[in-house]
Amino acid sequence: MTIKGKAYVAGIYEHPTRHAPDKSTAQLHAEVAKGAIEDAGLTKADIDGYFCAGDAPGGAWPMVDYLGLKVRHIDSTDTGGCSYLIHLGHAAEAIAAGKCSIALITLAGKPRTGPMPPRAAGAEADFEAAYGATTHNAYGMCAMRHMHDYGTTSEQLAWIKVAASHHAQYNPHAMLKDVVTVEDVLNSPMISDPLHRMDCCVVTDGGGALVVTTPEIAKSLNKPLVRLIGQGEAMKGPRGGKDLDLTYSAGVWSGPRAFEEAGVTPKDIKYASIYDSFTITVLMQIEDLGFCRKGEGGKFVADGNLISGVGKLPFNTDGGGLCSNHPVNRGGMTKVIEAVRQLRGQAHPKVQVKNCDLAVAHGTGGLLGVRHAASTCILERV
Amino acid sequence: MSEARKYPAPLTNPETKPFWDAAAQGKFMIKRCTACGEPHYFPRSICPFCFSDKTVWEEASGEASIYTFSLMRKSASGPYAIAYVTLKEGPSLQTNIVDCDIDRLKIGQKVKVVFKPTDGAPLPFFTPV
Repeated sequence: MTIKGKAYVAGIYEHPTRHAPDKSTAQLHAEVAKGAIEDAGLTKADIDGYFCAGDAPGGAWPMVDYLGLKVRHIDSTDTGGCSYLIHLGHAAEAIAAGKCSIALITLAGKPRTGPMPPRAAGAEADFEAAYGATTHNAYGMCAMRHMHDYGTTSEQLAWIKVAASHHAQYNPHAMLKDVVTVEDVLNSPMISDPLHRMDCCVVTDGGGALVVTTPEIAKSLNKPLVRLIGQGEAMKGPRGGKDLDLTYSAGVWSGPRAFEEAGVTPKDIKYASIYDSFTITVLMQIEDLGFCRKGEGGKFVADGNLISGVGKLPFNTDGGGLCSNHPVNRGGMTKVIEAVRQLRGQAHPKVQVKNCDLAVAHGTGGLLGVRHAASTCILERV
Repeated sequence: MSEARKYPAPLTNPETKPFWDAAAQGKFMIKRCTACGEPHYFPRSICPFCFSDKTVWEEASGEASIYTFSLMRKSASGPYAIAYVTLKEGPSLQTNIVDCDIDRLKIGQKVKVVFKPTDGAPLPFFTPV
């Protein structure tokens, strides 16, 4: 069985806020749900499947109750920032299996307003928690080893932020709208060697939502048709400490699975949404998905190759997590949303990719340098 | 300074208690599977490679080399070096490199285990040889 072509993304909504001290987290979930349902031209009563992750207060069942949904399928898989990229695949599976026909996926929260609740400890806690692994230094360790093994430079990493900033200047909602240079990135303060402040994404309140449905319902909605044709997911961790290699991610497994199911190759992709928690995240994912060979990501991303209209692989044309939005420290949702905008032809005209009929939305969740999941979604305009 | 940091006491559990009891004696333990021969860290009762339950405790040499590291500058208790080190016996593990000038650390550098006290069992760290 395949999910190829069995599910369409009918509704998308990205909350315009980047700072929401005056709203509750549940309220933000409701606002993005309303936005995506209205974008699809549907009503709340049409929703019969609900998907959420660890950002949803209390989990799936309090949210289903709060939102006033009546569903016959729920899924609260939590794989950090890529949860929503996994939900998209799982929603397609559920739709293909007849378990639901119109699925709602929501993400929302307020890390900029206040601290997030800690994640429940895993079996590794006593053996790792004391060492102060954070997002910054976990990704810093990946970058340090990538530089050691492949000669990747801070200048090359900086190009990723530069490209994101070129796109963000056209997004009125972007948190950081200024175009920056490689020098600006290198001159920003060192946070965790070798990552500078501008190698890091923004922290934002907000959220986003998707509505996913059957081909028949999607075609009845009089909207541009965007369907999922392949999805892969995988996880990677130190696994007992054997053959540790922090220069690649679980994307080396999720990517090929998605491309194989879709029957396309990285060369066919017109636009790529790639999780950009840090610049190194993008560089490693580009290699892992097969846009270039392992170790050549630095050369690939340099000189504007990721800038829409300039380079060969336009990426994160909304400004991404590096400049626009990284709601709840979970960037997977906005990756799907901008890919769908591109496929609909609804991206900003300055960054819209011409004849954009095939896109990838990919992300990782957890800590790349510790243990993480990955999901790759291949989306097609019909 | 990393020396000024106060480290949390391990909670321990029945599966890992022998590790912490040995740590209190200054011994750094790993687990080895007698079915497939592979050592692993952190310790599990069932081998993460072959899933055999024939795992045994083994005192490691405490000798290792730095696989990668990052110097965390944004910390209320001062900069610290987080790292993965690869033990002479094979497994790699997450740790901090302590009692040294962290600005001089290099990938491949030789390090050895050193225990730091907590309110419970001591915790393993690594320091340059």
